[in-house]
Amino acid sequence: MEYIHFAFTAFYQFGDAFAFLVLSAMGLAVIFGMMGIINLAHGEFIMCGAYVTVATARLGVPLPIAMLCGSLAAGVLGMVLERTIIHRLYHRPLDSIVATWGISLILTQGTLIVLGSSMAGISTPLGSFSVGNYSYSTYRMVLLGVAVLVLIGLYLLFHHTTFGIHSRATIQAPHMAKAAGIDTGRMYSLTFGLGAALAGLAGALYAPTISIVPTLGANFLVESFVTVVVGGADVFLGTAPAAATLAVIKAFLTGWQGQLMGQVGLLITVMVVIRILPQGLSGWLLKGRT
Amino acid sequence: MTTNSTNLLSVEGVISGYGTTSVLQEVSLSVGRGEVVAVIGRNGVGKTTLMKTLIGLIKNRQGIIRFDGKDISALESHERARLGIGYIPQGREVFSRMTVWENLKVGEMLQQPGEGVDYERVYEFFPILKERANQRAGTFSGGQQQQLAIGRAMVGKPKLMLLDEPSEGIQPNIVKDISRNILKLNRELGVTILLVEQNLDMIMTMAQRCYVMDKGKITHELANEQLRDRDAMRRILAV
Repeated sequence: MEYIHFAFTAFYQFGDAFAFLVLSAMGLAVIFGMMGIINLAHGEFIMCGAYVTVATARLGVPLPIAMLCGSLAAGVLGMVLERTIIHRLYHRPLDSIVATWGISLILTQGTLIVLGSSMAGISTPLGSFSVGNYSYSTYRMVLLGVAVLVLIGLYLLFHHTTFGIHSRATIQAPHMAKAAGIDTGRMYSLTFGLGAALAGLAGALYAPTISIVPTLGANFLVESFVTVVVGGADVFLGTAPAAATLAVIKAFLTGWQGQLMGQVGLLITVMVVIRILPQGLSGWLLKGRT
Repeated sequence: MTTNSTNLLSVEGVISGYGTTSVLQEVSLSVGRGEVVAVIGRNGVGKTTLMKTLIGLIKNRQGIIRFDGKDISALESHERARLGIGYIPQGREVFSRMTVWENLKVGEMLQQPGEGVDYERVYEFFPILKERANQRAGTFSGGQQQQLAIGRAMVGKPKLMLLDEPSEGIQPNIVKDISRNILKLNRELGVTILLVEQNLDMIMTMAQRCYVMDKGKITHELANEQLRDRDAMRRILAV
């Protein structure tokens, strides 16, 4: 029995870390992988998702629907920013970093001015369950399920829908896609919106577990950037395996030496990966393929 | 150069190029409905620039490009394509990390309202595209990729097909195959063809009429009879 309890604890730690890495990185990975934009406003899309979720939930809207609203709000915000600012910077990657950083500062400080330094939160739903002598949060396990569903959903979206085929054609050969009749500007706009909505979903899902402050996006930034850097540009061949690998490292180090060492481990991993595999896991997996 | 209502495509005094340099210097030509017209010329005379200007990947600085009676110079590439222009670029440019079927699926964007798509004919012409529907396009040989690029432009039943050096880097027997299929497409479905080519055999088997291009200008126009005279063609190409 001891072993089973230990195995379950390890699985729980891994699942918790995996869900967090996948959910916080997905939006960043879609925007970087599909459009080559390094979006420093990623944390603010997460913040937007969390705020809208909490605000609607406190109005009495059922939590799952409130979360959907949070995600959609971030998606709409993303599309508006893409149409007004980001689309001018597609061939200027460095400028896009500065611009998205600026957007990030404006959104954080704007929220602080308008809504104040914090907002009353909502409590974590679903309670807990116990295995052996330990009790675990049910909600964390739900998040693992949601992370897996998001991965499956995105796979289906990109590989089995017309939108997916057109967006992949657009990243692979933008000029040819355009000459073949695809409105590539619209594809970029929708893809950016999707990335922002996924970031918003991360904020929405974790909103009940964190304090609602304007800088809450920062809690997700390290994990999301580390995952995307380790994974490289491909959402499926990169982000998912990177999140799994990093989750093992993080869960092990956190269990052994505590939260801080977990973070340190992630950062050391990313440094080693940049040295050995500059294109990330997906660059390595796709090497030799055209 | 005559312009009349039977022309599907007419180009009048078009100037275009990259940056500040003009590659095309007042090019004018016309292609009638159901015609197969070739533009011939040596490397670097602006043939590919002409094709890119027609589909809108390069905007013309001056002149008019009329398709189906309407000036399309101001339209974006994807808007021009959706009017029914299938573009088969130099070097094929298939979406290499996508499957053959997914590549064809992109071609559906060209379909006209009420016209639908035609996979039957694509598979009849190029059976390999059906047999290997789930293979990644990047694993195809040059000739197979060319068939895919043509199939992709055919799916949506275009009115006009622009072919940029379809014979480049492809085995002679496949070139024959491709020529035969394009001619069949023209005869049976009335698809208008404008191709740019250096391969004399391909032009002589396919084209009904031919423009000769040099230094960004159209220098000669050859009627059908002149196209049959191999020696005369050689002389002109050696200019």
